[in-house]
Amino acid sequence: MWQAIRDNSRRSRWVILLMGLLLLIPGALLGRVLFGPGGGAWGVVGAGAIWAALLTITLRGGEQLVLSTVGAREIRKEDAPRLWNVVEEMTIAAGLPKVPRVYLIDSYMQNAFATGRSPETAAIVVTDGLLRRMTRDELQGVVAHEIGHVRNYDIRFMTVAVVMLGSVTLLADTCRRVLWFGGGRRSRAGGPQAQAALMVLLFLAAVLAPLFAQLLYLACSRQREFLADASAARFTRYPEGLASALEKIAERVGVTQEDSQRALAPMYIVSPLAGASGLGLFRTHPRTEERVRILRSMAGAGWVDYERAFRQVQGAASRCLDAGLVGSEGTVALRPPSAEAGTREDALERGREAVGVFERDLGFLPILCECGLRVRVPERFPRDAIHCPRCGRAHRVPQPEPGAGVTSGSDGPVYRRRSEGWDGFRCSCGRVNQLSPGLRVPSIRCKGCGKQIRIEG
Amino acid sequence: MLSLILILALVVLVVLAINVYNSLVRLRNEVRNGWSQIDVQLKRRHDLVPNLVETVKGYATHERQTLENVTKARNQAVGAQGVEAQGLAEAGLSAALGRLMVVVEQYPELRANQNFLNLQEELTATENRIGFARQFYNDSVMQYNTRTQSFPANVVAGMFNFVQERFFEIEEPAAREAPEVRF
Repeated sequence: MWQAIRDNSRRSRWVILLMGLLLLIPGALLGRVLFGPGGGAWGVVGAGAIWAALLTITLRGGEQLVLSTVGAREIRKEDAPRLWNVVEEMTIAAGLPKVPRVYLIDSYMQNAFATGRSPETAAIVVTDGLLRRMTRDELQGVVAHEIGHVRNYDIRFMTVAVVMLGSVTLLADTCRRVLWFGGGRRSRAGGPQAQAALMVLLFLAAVLAPLFAQLLYLACSRQREFLADASAARFTRYPEGLASALEKIAERVGVTQEDSQRALAPMYIVSPLAGASGLGLFRTHPRTEERVRILRSMAGAGWVDYERAFRQVQGAASRCLDAGLVGSEGTVALRPPSAEAGTREDALERGREAVGVFERDLGFLPILCECGLRVRVPERFPRDAIHCPRCGRAHRVPQPEPGAGVTSGSDGPVYRRRSEGWDGFRCSCGRVNQLSPGLRVPSIRCKGCGKQIRIEG
Repeated sequence: MLSLILILALVVLVVLAINVYNSLVRLRNEVRNGWSQIDVQLKRRHDLVPNLVETVKGYATHERQTLENVTKARNQAVGAQGVEAQGLAEAGLSAALGRLMVVVEQYPELRANQNFLNLQEELTATENRIGFARQFYNDSVMQYNTRTQSFPANVVAGMFNFVQERFFEIEEPAAREAPEVRF
């Protein structure tokens, strides 16, 4: 554990330094473009000043900056006793000196993160959606993962890095914009050829700098996720709790992407960005299925058990945890699941599933909107998109193949009615024809192609 | 030349010993920190018991013996000294509280009492916390003991009197005995 903390501090210092250098490069380029050949130095000074200012702000209260960005509000024990108790328990299990502050985000999205500069200033942030859907064991797993970040001093680095990453991205964006729109005010030094070369160079640097910043950042944060998972297993003695929580969270991630929080993505327990499963190097988090598989392969709850499970899943040659940490103790026994029944939200979920089955039977297609409303679409809805009546989000309505359900009889196409109520079908020309409940005619004419279609039943 | 090598070797040895000593101190502090956490939670439980007994007394007038047992076990736990004695006394208190909770099942009015429900909830939460504090303490003791026994730390440990620490076990007699089933 101590080795892990020391490693983290060293890595943090290096990354902060490198981040600063990366901030200086676009700064120098910007200065050169704005003020001519002598302006590069001014750009460097300016960027350095920005970097120093940001670092000071972060080190003196970075977590407040992060907390207000995501709109989290602090809660007391009475507001969420279950969450509070779990946080307290995990604080004790990790041997932290002080119980972190607990924050809630009012969002149906399910996620959690920790921030702060030290265990004393730490804060655990949980979304309302997560709180409502997790069982006690799952919530415990999530909180233990975050407490793991606190205990390993990941939070200080992550809080600093988020601000640094944000500023590098911001500056590079400004740089790119100035190059794009303000090109006319460039210095007159050098011929047109040199200027063109400079432009290409500037442009490359402006694009590459934030990319490098991100890469650097991500490489560190994936290691940390594994370590926090191992810590969570050790604190709770029940890896299955975190595994099933991760699955539940990942299930809904694609639905609830919020672009404004791109810079904060690496902080969350599961990346909230839909593209997080993309290119290996650019992922802030290891793949969730991978993490779940490792947690589920654990034979005990100790460091050595996590390392063994990691090798089992990733191949014998791969390493994850620090050797000193793994060697510090033997395997640790697991505990049985706690006897608590599922949450109210779980029961509701099961209820909704049952209702969904009925609705399908009645000819409705239920679409669950992100705002929580269940939109009931008539089975043969004529358009291929529907807007949620509560929040206005557009949803794609799955359409049957043209001609499905229409058979060809001896005298042309035949449609056999499937219900006495509202019914409809898609003609082979693609046009949807709706049949009202009282309709009693031997045949109808398709409004698209004019074909005569016989109606049976 | 030889003396130089000797001095160098001595310096290396001293530096190594200092490192080992510091790591031992750190581990021992972790153990003490763990014990103080257990202590805090145990005190919390001890403070809850008199309140609980008072509340139950008002409803369950025929359970004097059970209540007296709880109070006695609590007083023993408060007075206990040392890790092992504390563990034994706490086990006694846990068993007495367990019996009280079984008895309480027969008084529906009591189970509807808000004050009692709050106390019960608080007691359960405290017991959970004791469990996690014990887990942390025992893990720390394990690491510390392993370190003090292994070479070369055992030499330094012997020199500066780093003694083995004891695990904190709450042996629950009820858990070991076969459950009594009556039909």
